[in-house]
Parts: sequence; C-alpha cells; structure tokens
Amino acid sequence: MSEHAAGSPPDPHAEPDHVVPIGTYIMVFLALMVGTGVTVAASYVDLGIWNTPVAMLIAVTKASLVVFFFMHLKYSPRLYWIWLGAAIFFVVHLVLGTGLDYLARIYLNLGSPGT
Amino acid sequence: MSSLSETAPAPAHHPALRHHFDSLATQKDSALLGMWVFIAQEILFFGGMLGAYTIYRNLYYDSFAAGSHHLDVPLGTINTAVLICSSLTMALGVHAAALGKRKATVAFLLLTIVLGSVFLGIKVVEYADKFENHLVPGAHYSAEHLRGAHGEELTGDVALHSQLFFALYFGLTGLHALHMIIGIPIIAYMAWRAGQGRFSPAYYTPVEITGLYWHFVDIVWIFLFPLLYLIPHHV
Repeated sequence: MSEHAAGSPPDPHAEPDHVVPIGTYIMVFLALMVGTGVTVAASYVDLGIWNTPVAMLIAVTKASLVVFFFMHLKYSPRLYWIWLGAAIFFVVHLVLGTGLDYLARIYLNLGSPGT
Repeated sequence: MSSLSETAPAPAHHPALRHHFDSLATQKDSALLGMWVFIAQEILFFGGMLGAYTIYRNLYYDSFAAGSHHLDVPLGTINTAVLICSSLTMALGVHAAALGKRKATVAFLLLTIVLGSVFLGIKVVEYADKFENHLVPGAHYSAEHLRGAHGEELTGDVALHSQLFFALYFGLTGLHALHMIIGIPIIAYMAWRAGQGRFSPAYYTPVEITGLYWHFVDIVWIFLFPLLYLIPHHV
C-alpha cells in the first residue's frame, strides 16, 4: 500500500478500496430485520433460563453482521480486529469477573461486596 | 527523505494528503485505525454500565422484569427496525461515496439523518410516558404502575429496586441517544461536504469514519433492545 518511494508521484488509485456489492448490504439488512423479528418472537416463548442466552446469541450474530459487512471489518487490516477483540475481551472480563464475584458471595453468604 | 523531496519536483499530490503520510492509502489506514481505537474505548464505556446492569438484574430480577414489562415493545421494535434501516442507508451512503456518486451520497446521508431523527422522536414519546407514570428515578418515583409476573402490584424491596431498572434504562438509552444526537450533525456536515464535491473514490475517509460511528451506535441498540425491553417474567 505504501511501498512507493517518498517523493515519487503518488498514484491516486494506488490501492482501489474493496467495494462491497450492494447486494451484500441488502442481504445483511434483511438478516438484521429477520433477527429483530426472531428476537421479539423468542421473548414471548418460555424457554426457562435460555431466554436471555438466546436473545444474546441473536444480538451477537446481528452485531457481527454489522461489524463485518457494514463496518467492512471483513476486508480490513487484522490490526483493527485486534483492537476490537481487545475491547470485547475486557468487557467480557469486566461483566463476568464482577458477576462471578457477586455469585460467589451469594453462595458463600458473605454479603454484598463492601458491606 | 527530506533531501529527496527537496531535489524532486513538487509532486501534484492529492489536496487531502497530509505531508506526513506517504500515500492516501496509508493515511486512510491510520485514520480508520484511530476510529477503531475510539470504538474500542466506546465498547468499554458502554460496557461499564452494561456490567452494572448485569449485576443488578441478577440481584433484583423481579424488579427488572416488572420494569421491563412496562416498556413499549412495539415502539422498541419499530425503533430497532428504523435504526437498522438507517444503518443500511449509511452503508449505501459510504458505498456511493466510494464510487464517487455525489448526489447518491448526499441523498443517502440525508435519509440516514431522517431515520435517526425518527428514532429520537419515538424515544421522546417513550420518555414522556415514563415521566407521566412517575417512572423517572428520583423524588417523584412511584412503582404503582408496575405489575409483577401475576399482575400483582409491587411491594417492599421489589418496588424499591424497580427504580434501579429505570435508572439503568435512562442511563443506557440516554447515553445511546446522546451518541445519536452527536452523530446527526456530523452526518449533516458530511452531506454538506459531499454536496460540495469534497470527496472522491480516492478520498472519502471522513464519510467512512462517520459510517463506522453510526454503525457502532446501531450495534449498541441491538444489545439494549432485548436487554431492556424483553426481560421475561420468571413464572
């Protein structure tokens, strides 16, 4: 992408961007709409403890479609993937780590943290 | 490098190319990386409140389910669809910019603004309902309009803790709406610049970065909608 020597005439079309076909956007859009419908429908079905995991699974799928296609991550340098992955890693750690601490305290009858 | 450029004739470089970048391609890669770093920060920003939500929802589940059942699922669903439509028009706007289609870029960006405004308008209607029903946390909060799994009125701690649900509801949706309120003028500015013909297939990075921001805001809502509107009652 940047191999040409400094000072040489820059080529305005050195690396044509990967242009995603409109059909892909439409397919992603339709999938997101269907996903929304499925999320609402699934919330009215009693799945016991599985309601929330199912809702989150659909949400993660929808978010992935947006990230990879609308946000072009699929066609982007892997360095961007690392930044996104790092953020997700720390958010999951934040929620799960704190959650497990609360769970452990409830099971062990230790009371709320800080009390 | 400096000696080389001093001897070489001044290249007719693209006006958008900053002197410290070799090419528009490296400039764009750097700009987009910066945006992804910002988005990583945004994920952690929302993640903090999402963590608080997860803890309190599990500690006070009945309160959260009762609060969630007061929210308007049809309006929330419509808003989700509106936001997904706005994400599509944004993607098509960036697509048009990448192909150098000036009029289509402006049209899709303006359409995105319209859809974003519709979302905020519906949000205003929903917020108004919360104010009318005393569901805004604070001195005038009242859980009298909330109902439990069997249609019963909330009492004691369940009523008390339902305030936490609405605090997180206003915190999360308010922060999300703030992002949209910030995003709409940015898109308007991009539409204006696109109308001026400032972008071309060689340079449309600002439009693409604006698109990344808007899509991220859409993703936040994709998670907020089921988490806030669709909490099932444990029967």
